[in-house]
Amino acid sequence: MFRIKRHVKLGLYGAPNSGKSTLANRICKDWIGEEMSVVSPVPHETREIIIKEKIHIKRKGKEVSFNLVDTPGIATKIDYEDFLKFKMNAKEAKERAKEATKGVIESIKWLDNMDCVLVVLDSTLNPYNQVNITIIGNLAARDIPVLIVGNKTDLKRSDVKRIEAAFPQYPVVGISAEKGKNVEQLYEEIFKLVR
Amino acid sequence: MLTLQFIPYHEVSDLDINGKIQKILKSVKEDKIILVEGRLAAQEESELIRRTMEVIDKKFKGIEICSVDYQPRNMLFVDKMKKVVANFLLNKASGMTIIGPATIVKEIKKDPNKIELFTLEKRGKR
Repeated sequence: MFRIKRHVKLGLYGAPNSGKSTLANRICKDWIGEEMSVVSPVPHETREIIIKEKIHIKRKGKEVSFNLVDTPGIATKIDYEDFLKFKMNAKEAKERAKEATKGVIESIKWLDNMDCVLVVLDSTLNPYNQVNITIIGNLAARDIPVLIVGNKTDLKRSDVKRIEAAFPQYPVVGISAEKGKNVEQLYEEIFKLVR
Repeated sequence: MLTLQFIPYHEVSDLDINGKIQKILKSVKEDKIILVEGRLAAQEESELIRRTMEVIDKKFKGIEICSVDYQPRNMLFVDKMKKVVANFLLNKASGMTIIGPATIVKEIKKDPNKIELFTLEKRGKR
């Protein structure tokens, strides 16, 4: 009988501004030569699920392929007034806040659809953030394989060891998605995760 | 004035996920900081976040949440099981969950050694 080859869904999860979309763009640029997401310093720039299909990663003569799913950042609070600091008027800020709440809901719903997940943490911040703990706890409860990515290692306050200490039961890789630092190790780990 | 409400484990242990979240959100929307005895399960936490997003409006901006587990990381499996059985028999749960409205609680900082709860500037640091 014919069998339909199913592509693995690799999700990018994390708090807003942890660098999920920058990482999504880095992976896409490196392997298919194009970007997939809009990146901005304004929180909740990604407010809808974005999927890039059929990304192939090659390592030592072997290949894995997956669909990359960039998700909106998960937050426990959203205040439209926070967006006013980014040169938005009140109407735009309220609209963005509304879309951001929907984005969080979508991200949570999509947890059930993932085959494996990169949890992206800003390595300059305290890793014991409840959003990180909730995401990782939910993935563990669903038996979804996880790789923790400590992003922004190019910044002075980056501390990947603190992430490793916070989540000792998970593999952690420190990278700078923006500068492309240590991405080879990341691809090695993705290869193990997806395979 | 800040109101701190303690919810003992036996008040939520028989509730299903909807009942538990409804109870928590009702109190948080009344501007209370809630201390729930026992940790919420990961799926309860994500459902609480999801339901919070659904009710965010001009007045209610969301929540700050922090769960704490007293269980030492290097605890032996046998000791963990003893604790589970003891908690079951006493109808108790280990750990606790702190939840507050984002309009009052600015941040709950947690690290392995301490928890700090900061309220918004107009109310000062607690």
